[in-house]
Formats: sequence, structure tokens, C-alpha cells
Amino acid sequence: MTHPIGCREAVERLWGYLDGELDGTAHGAMEAHLAYCLRCCGELAFAREIRDVLRTRGAGDLPGGPLERLHAFIDRLDTATDTGATT
Amino acid sequence: MGEQMLETAERTSLQALARAELPGLYALARQLAGTSAEDLVQETLLRACRSIHRLRDPKAAPRWLRVILVNVWRDGLRKAGRDPREIPVEDEVTFSLYRTLAEEDPLPYSDTMHVDFLGAFSKRDVQLVLGRLPDLYRVPLVLRYIEGFSTTDIAQLLELPPGTVYSTLHRGRQRFERALWDYAEESGLLDDHDRGDRPGERGTS
Repeated sequence: MTHPIGCREAVERLWGYLDGELDGTAHGAMEAHLAYCLRCCGELAFAREIRDVLRTRGAGDLPGGPLERLHAFIDRLDTATDTGATT
Repeated sequence: MGEQMLETAERTSLQALARAELPGLYALARQLAGTSAEDLVQETLLRACRSIHRLRDPKAAPRWLRVILVNVWRDGLRKAGRDPREIPVEDEVTFSLYRTLAEEDPLPYSDTMHVDFLGAFSKRDVQLVLGRLPDLYRVPLVLRYIEGFSTTDIAQLLELPPGTVYSTLHRGRQRFERALWDYAEESGLLDDHDRGDRPGERGTS
């Protein structure tokens, strides 16, 4: 049996729900709240959009120069470790 | 002889792994260390070389490398006297972008205002916004939502109690939302959007 929660508590748990990190009781209470609260459903959908923004636009395009240098570094990794070199 | 052959094989496999994972590793390093990212990746690979014999499951290798990278970054900060776990006194932010948008209605002609607001941000915009956050908040957000580590994993990586990571993520998300709103206002992002500029194509990096 889950205890009913209000919007304040639901919003606090929104990301935990979205990320699948709530325990069974808290998850059930969120499901029960979202079943009737359109505003919190809207907040949940928006939180999902923000999460997607972070995931898809949070990492930048990588400059080629450092990647080329790092590839060269990888090629020399065996000699670097043989000599115990560190940077 | 057997041991030497094994070491050579391990190194060869590390080199192949490093090449395959380099873009992801370097991207994470840029998020954590900015202009020192290249040094961070090098140090990570050197440390990986020294401990590859402990890697038992090849499928875990990409994640193993990222864990090493975060550990190297964290150790470097501590050596420099900076602790990424320090929580400033003033850190309470209560902000809901969803509600702010509903109240301020910055795109009055849009039927899908919340989605359109986010759609106005290019990759470069989002990265600039993320870059405005202190390490304390940015790093857990990056590890959770870009790198896919769980809250429990982040707690281990940053040597923090899971509850602290949970609350730091909560504050970080609020700060990120607030920073999105401030950036949109300061940069005129929504003015461009109202004029019909194509969102997501502004000044790509």
C-alpha cells in the first residue's frame, strides 16, 4: 500500500523516478500521483527533455589536433611504460 | 618468457582498446579538465598500462578506462589542493524551469513552448551553459547523464556518500535549469527563435 503524495513531493522525486532510482514504495507513490496529476506529468516530460539535452548536446565536437597527438601517444605506449616514463 | 609474452599481449590489447575508446575518453576529459584534457588522457593511459593485468572482463574495459580517468582527475585536484567535493555554503537554489517558462511565457506564439525553448539551444549553447556550473555540480551531471554512471557509481568515484551525490545532482540539475534560463535571456536566444532562425544551428563548435 502506498501513501498518497502531493505535487511538492512528486516534483522532488521526479528525477529519481525518471532515472529509475526510487525504491518500490516511492516508485508506486509516484505512479499513483502521475495517474491523475497532469501538471506533474508535464514536469516529468520536460525533465525527460532536459535529460536528453544533456545527453545529446552536452558533449562537444572534438578538435582533431589533440586526438592526433593522443593517437601518436598510444602508438608509443609500450616504450613509455618500458622506460617508466610519466607525463 | 611466458610472462613477457603476456605483458606484450596485454599492452597490445590496451593500445587497441585505447584507440577505440579515445574519442569518448577525451570527451570526458574535456568535461572534467578543460584545457588539461590531453594530459589527463595521457596519464590515464599510463595508469591503465600499469594495471591492465587486473582487468578480467574485456567487456568492462571501456568503463574501466573511464573510472581510471575520473580517479586520475580527482587525485590531481587533491594534489593541487582543490577538492571537488567541497560544498559551498551558499548552494540552495530553488528553481523550476518548467514553471518559470509557464509563468514568463517567453514564446507566446508557440503551442509547444517548453520543447521549443530547449530546441533553441545548439550544442555549443548547451556546452557553454554547462561550463558555467562549478565543478561540484557539473561533474556529477556529466558522469550521470552524459557518461551514464549510476548515482552509486558516482559516489564511489568521488568518494562521497550516495545521499550526498543524490542531493548534489538535485542541486546541479536546478542550477543547470537556472543557467539555461539566464543564458537564454542574456544571449537573446529566444529573440532569434522568434525571428524564425533555425534552432540548433547557431554557432556550432
